[in-house]
Amino acid sequence: MARAATTADAFNAVAEPRRRAILDALAGGERPVNDLVRVLGIAQPQVSKHLRVLREVGAVDVRDEGRQRLYRLNGPALKPIHDWVKSYERTWSARFDEMDAVLEELKQKEQGDGDGDR
Amino acid sequence: METVTGSRRATVTLPTDEQILITREFDAPKHLVYKAWTTPELVKRWWSAKRGEVTIAEIDLRVGGKWRYVMIASEGFEVGFHGEYREIVPEERLVSTEVYEGMPEGEALDTLTLTESDGRTTLTLLVEHSSKEHRDAHINSGMEDGLQDALDLLEQVAVSLR
Repeated sequence: MARAATTADAFNAVAEPRRRAILDALAGGERPVNDLVRVLGIAQPQVSKHLRVLREVGAVDVRDEGRQRLYRLNGPALKPIHDWVKSYERTWSARFDEMDAVLEELKQKEQGDGDGDR
Repeated sequence: METVTGSRRATVTLPTDEQILITREFDAPKHLVYKAWTTPELVKRWWSAKRGEVTIAEIDLRVGGKWRYVMIASEGFEVGFHGEYREIVPEERLVSTEVYEGMPEGEALDTLTLTESDGRTTLTLLVEHSSKEHRDAHINSGMEDGLQDALDLLEQVAVSLR
């Protein structure tokens, strides 16, 4: 199966622990890069490298405010992951909906067997 | 009795790197849920998830007995799963192996648990793979590592998706 380059999709972008830590931090709101350096406890070049990957897949947005670069989470870019688990959930939901119909029949049959006047 | 439908959604979580946990509540006692789960003619009615037709549902319900389900999807392709029963507590607990025939090297262990309260049944299905790799492939091939963490994260940011 053809795949995009290693870090070119949201799945891969969030597969790296440091990048998830960055996203976690940004889930609480917009932050300057220095904040992220402090929160993650790793050197700024590393943080910048991860931020670059996250920006490439659109998982974070950046804007300049005065002398600061502010990063924020861009939720919709993570939607493919959301969709992935949702699709699995939909399969099981559809199965269980069908089971509801089966169970309704079984219940009625049982009641019918139990008391003949129903 | 009238059935109230609506909020009985299946929930899917990934408790550990190797696991998938599916939970759903049913408005029926557990002996009927168990019956629907273990009777071939009934499995044929729900297992396709409206995506095709179940052509084979074989259930040899005893420890060491085999099961096999095959569905022909609406798009024309065929998918098959099979396994072996490992532990059977009627109406309460059913442990079996599960192999997706499209990827036979990845065997999972499925534990079905049924608990009843006030005539309603909570079904949990825990699917345990031998590795995260197999677990992820089970639901979607081509997935990289870190899925559980991605989902943990996603729960936190889900609000920004709406």
